[in-house]
Amino acid sequence: MSIISVENFSKKYGNIVAVTDFNLVADKGEIVALVGPDGAGKTSIFRAICGLITYDSGIINISGFDVAKGFDKIKPLLGYMPQSFSLYPDLSVEENLSFYAGLFGLTGKKFSEKKKRLYEFSGLGPFYNRRAGALSGGMKQKLALSCALVHDPEILVLDEPTTGVDPLSRRQFWEILKDLKKSGSTIIVSTPYMDEVLLSDKAIFIFGGKKFAEGGPEDLTKIFKGNAYRVNLNPTYERMEQINRIPGLMSRRFGSSIHIYTNESRSLNDYLGQLAEIGIEKNIIEPISPELEDTFIQLMG
Amino acid sequence: MELAVTIDKLTKQFGHFTAVNEISLNVERGEIFGFLGANGAGKTTAIRMLCGLLMPTSGKGTVNGFDIYNESEKIKRSIGYMSQKFSLYRDLTGRENLQFYGSVYQMSNSDLKKRIEELSKNLDLSEFIDRLTESLPTGWRQRLSLAASLLHRPQILFLDEPTGGVDPVFRRKFWEILYRLADDGTTLFVTTHYMDEAEFCRRISIMHQGQIVEVGNPQELIKKYNEPNLQELFINLISKSGSDV
Repeated sequence: MSIISVENFSKKYGNIVAVTDFNLVADKGEIVALVGPDGAGKTSIFRAICGLITYDSGIINISGFDVAKGFDKIKPLLGYMPQSFSLYPDLSVEENLSFYAGLFGLTGKKFSEKKKRLYEFSGLGPFYNRRAGALSGGMKQKLALSCALVHDPEILVLDEPTTGVDPLSRRQFWEILKDLKKSGSTIIVSTPYMDEVLLSDKAIFIFGGKKFAEGGPEDLTKIFKGNAYRVNLNPTYERMEQINRIPGLMSRRFGSSIHIYTNESRSLNDYLGQLAEIGIEKNIIEPISPELEDTFIQLMG
Repeated sequence: MELAVTIDKLTKQFGHFTAVNEISLNVERGEIFGFLGANGAGKTTAIRMLCGLLMPTSGKGTVNGFDIYNESEKIKRSIGYMSQKFSLYRDLTGRENLQFYGSVYQMSNSDLKKRIEELSKNLDLSEFIDRLTESLPTGWRQRLSLAASLLHRPQILFLDEPTGGVDPVFRRKFWEILYRLADDGTTLFVTTHYMDEAEFCRRISIMHQGQIVEVGNPQELIKKYNEPNLQELFINLISKSGSDV
């Protein structure tokens, strides 16, 4: 049985359509990633799953309970980490934890035990007395996750948990998610980082409130249409402009190199002349298998 | 080579806590410099000292040739600063915000009007410049913040995590604008947690627990440490220098 099931979910804010006919299924122990630009509707989906907003149509089930029918039933099952930091900045690390534990009736010895375990995974123990507002970005995110985990939820809903987090802390954060998955938690997470999407079991590309594509990260890479190439030249502004003036080619900077995409019906041979004119000779162009980020860019333009 | 920023043993202590610990580096004019580091490493504190917003405890520094101790007002007029947090007024439109910031810089009405049109065109703001900033997605807000920091035509631009929370397509559009600015001679001093963006920089530094652990060209550093990419280099350098994350 699926732990989370969203069927034909639609949400409008006044005349603005946020999400249209959206479907999502997550099984126990799955990590599902939602990927899309700003305003794609991700946060509306998260809020609806957590029973925080009403919606226009659709059915959302959490562990068999209809979200629209009873918030009380689903509340103990869910841990929600919103996109913006929403802990109390003037309370200490431990006071924040204790406050969230209290909301779920976790006090005394039970809380002490839980706290110890949360400090173990987060490394926040030495900072128990620091004001949450004075924590670094990575530590803030770990505290927010700890607060979402305090009542042992079966389901975690994480809205861009690693934004503003450095690469090492991001890696540690995902180690924690993998451990939670192993112990049976179901996780829905949004992220702008494609390396995180690759660590998920399933990813959904969403744009303008609609699902664009869904599948395992490897499957999604395969929906890239046409061919991708890497040019080992520094992507200066001028060079990128020159390539983008060639009709039919799409190009984007990737670190210190350039990726060029052709559409399905054309091969790179059709463009070699034009590329040579701007100093990009055949010998510095190599075909590549498109990565997830290439696929996302091609889909979203 | 003319230097846009010089830093020599710059230090900032808050009580017993040393946030920035004797960092030294130079940034050349027209360079895109990536100021990387772990969360809480002291990057924002360092940037605030360079922008004349925070008095150092010790060490030396110049920005645009002006001393960071005695000439902070001159520094403020010659630089642009885009902070980590969205700091435009949410109940004003983009245009109203730009008009407000322009008047803070004492720009004349006619010059300001011309400059806003110019920035609107160059940064592609026209679609949303007359909407309340509150209702705008992050990627657009960030372009507006960039416009506000560029109003007075600064020679150096400090950008503190300008693309945090922005998707891959929008991020690249933002960097196209930064590259164009650098081509026109603006010096860019930028922090980011996206390692592909760090690779767009001519040089980077990596900071951890108040100290700079490495400075150099990204490709040369990857070779020097024999790492597959910048992300792995960053993770290994930071893990090696001790943990306090």
